[in-house]
Amino acid sequence: MAERRLMSGNEAVALGALDAGCARGTGYPGTPSTEILENFDAIGGNAEWAPNEKVAAEVALGVAFAGVYALTTMKHVGLNVAADVLFTAAYSGVSGALVFAVADDPGLASSQNEQDTRRLGIAAGVPVIEPSDAQEAYDFTRLAFTLSARWHIPVILRLTTRVCHTTAIVTPSDHKVAPPPAHFVRDIPGRVMIPGHARIKHRELRAKLNEIREWCETDGPNRIIPGSSTGIVSSGVAYLHAREAAPAASFLKLGMSHPLPMRLILSFLKDKTERFVIEENDPYLVEQIRAAGGDVPWNPEPYRMGELTVDRVRRILARDLTPELPPPRGKPPRLCTGCPHGYVFEIFKKHDAIVAGDIGCYTLAALPPLSAMDSQICMGASIGVGLGLRHVLPESEARRVVSVIGDSTFMHSGLTGIAEMVYNPPPTGHVVVVLDNLTTAMTGQQEHPATGRRLNHEPTTRVRIEDVVTALGVPNVLVFDPVRQIAEFETALLKALKSPELTVLVARQPCLLAAGRIRAYEQAAGKGGGQ
Amino acid sequence: MTTTPVSNIRIAGLGGMGIIKSSQILASVLFEAGHDVKKAEVHGMSQRGGSVASDIRFGTEVLSPMIPEGETDYLLVLTEEELVLYRTALRPGGILIGPSLFEKTVLPNKKSLNIAMLGALSHYLSIPNETWTAHILSSFPEKLQAVNLEAFKLGLHAVK
Repeated sequence: MAERRLMSGNEAVALGALDAGCARGTGYPGTPSTEILENFDAIGGNAEWAPNEKVAAEVALGVAFAGVYALTTMKHVGLNVAADVLFTAAYSGVSGALVFAVADDPGLASSQNEQDTRRLGIAAGVPVIEPSDAQEAYDFTRLAFTLSARWHIPVILRLTTRVCHTTAIVTPSDHKVAPPPAHFVRDIPGRVMIPGHARIKHRELRAKLNEIREWCETDGPNRIIPGSSTGIVSSGVAYLHAREAAPAASFLKLGMSHPLPMRLILSFLKDKTERFVIEENDPYLVEQIRAAGGDVPWNPEPYRMGELTVDRVRRILARDLTPELPPPRGKPPRLCTGCPHGYVFEIFKKHDAIVAGDIGCYTLAALPPLSAMDSQICMGASIGVGLGLRHVLPESEARRVVSVIGDSTFMHSGLTGIAEMVYNPPPTGHVVVVLDNLTTAMTGQQEHPATGRRLNHEPTTRVRIEDVVTALGVPNVLVFDPVRQIAEFETALLKALKSPELTVLVARQPCLLAAGRIRAYEQAAGKGGGQ
Repeated sequence: MTTTPVSNIRIAGLGGMGIIKSSQILASVLFEAGHDVKKAEVHGMSQRGGSVASDIRFGTEVLSPMIPEGETDYLLVLTEEELVLYRTALRPGGILIGPSLFEKTVLPNKKSLNIAMLGALSHYLSIPNETWTAHILSSFPEKLQAVNLEAFKLGLHAVK
């Protein structure tokens, strides 16, 4: 028997993928999913950071078209970016296997929304599997590959913060599979999704889902834990909270959230005198069980927000409707003392710029004392939102609008924004500031195409942001060190705001936390340091 | 109704104080001692100086990874300013290990307060000293091993 080990859910997903014979893992960093690929690389897997989740999913789909197993990882909002791939890959299917490991963030520990990935599974028409802990993260990763290979369909492994970042005991399987050799088999009607082919593939997809539903009814990763006449249907980490809150109750623990084994659910509920559904995020299970005629109550609205805990589940089960005490507010994170981003935001604040912001550490500049960011929505939105404001605001206000985006976010979703800017320039021009700290700082210092290093920190071709924006047709492109040249930066910014031309200012200075490591990577690569 | 006997430890402080590191050492020590163990914390923005807490639960079978309110047996808080957040965390009779415990103790290195706290905690857990030593040694590079072992000892003496 394999050795029991202590590992996080993310480490368990990585090991499960390796042991299943996954040929390549792709993804874009995003809390709480980031450590999956880092661990996959560390234990010998073939892993890469792609510029964004859509590209990551496309590369993974190509791997799976070549007859081998692919893993693609992302946080919940990353699946929005990759959704275009998922929805049609559900039709085409795969020859090998394709698993989307998608990590939701109930309670928004480090995200901009609380969306529920199970809904994308149902919308795209792909199976969704939900582990509760690290052992299941390992087992269900392997199961996800098995199902994907058996039904030639992409499978979503839905994780949540507490599954990803809880360390627990895992016994890996002794059955380990090496990746088989890849080979190409032509299948034009199966992979070229023109309407004539896709109509047929859509019917095939629905037939597959019916088969998978039948499999789930009898052989799916679902368990009944017998107990009292109180019946609780649950999934994911919510199941563990519920077991602790109601140790005597009967449980139906669902490991597959789509397609649902509705006959199993209804037969479990039938003889129960009290019925509950305990799930994190949206009332996804409640809606479907009620639609199928199951008599389960809606949980009060507040419980679809925030993480569940044992205490909150106790309240649901006791039908306690008294207002919940707000949890004590801890000290919020802030920009590190001396962070190069801080210098730039001081200038924005000084000149009362209207700042269309983006996603990264620098979003912390929206909080006091800086309070120097006016919007943040999704990856890359700074440029489009800034342009929209410029187009319609009166000239005096339009001239104050600046778009601010980090280097990794720029590579993720900034390039098309720059194309829009040169294609449809506002009458007052526009200014985009790229805060280039030479790393994906927010998620823990991952590489990206503009660092010139791959996931494993080995050197590769570096995308030069200033060259790319110049090539796209931006007439004024200037690079500054925001710490040592902040006065020059300020002068250039004020000039650009007055000008009707388009300007990109790159503020380049390594992240304080990453600088030592970046120097070490550069020395290892035989280079004499940054520019 | 049966309840599984589970012991609950929370280590709390601010980003950069070594909360995650000390909770990793604690979890591996408890695992080696034969317990079921779960350790939960929220990563992400913790490097940016914000509040960080790690829940470590152990016993014969641990279900939820998070400690219910008022059920913490041992609360280790590395900075006075964070104490207020955890006023209702401890169970009646639970043990608080706060920074004031080390007022009269001169640590070899201020950064080893996290390990000194584990030393104090070790007084209450029946885990062989060698297990602690082995896991502290394997968790630090050679140049930091001596100061952390010293901090662990000072922590233990502070509660003895």
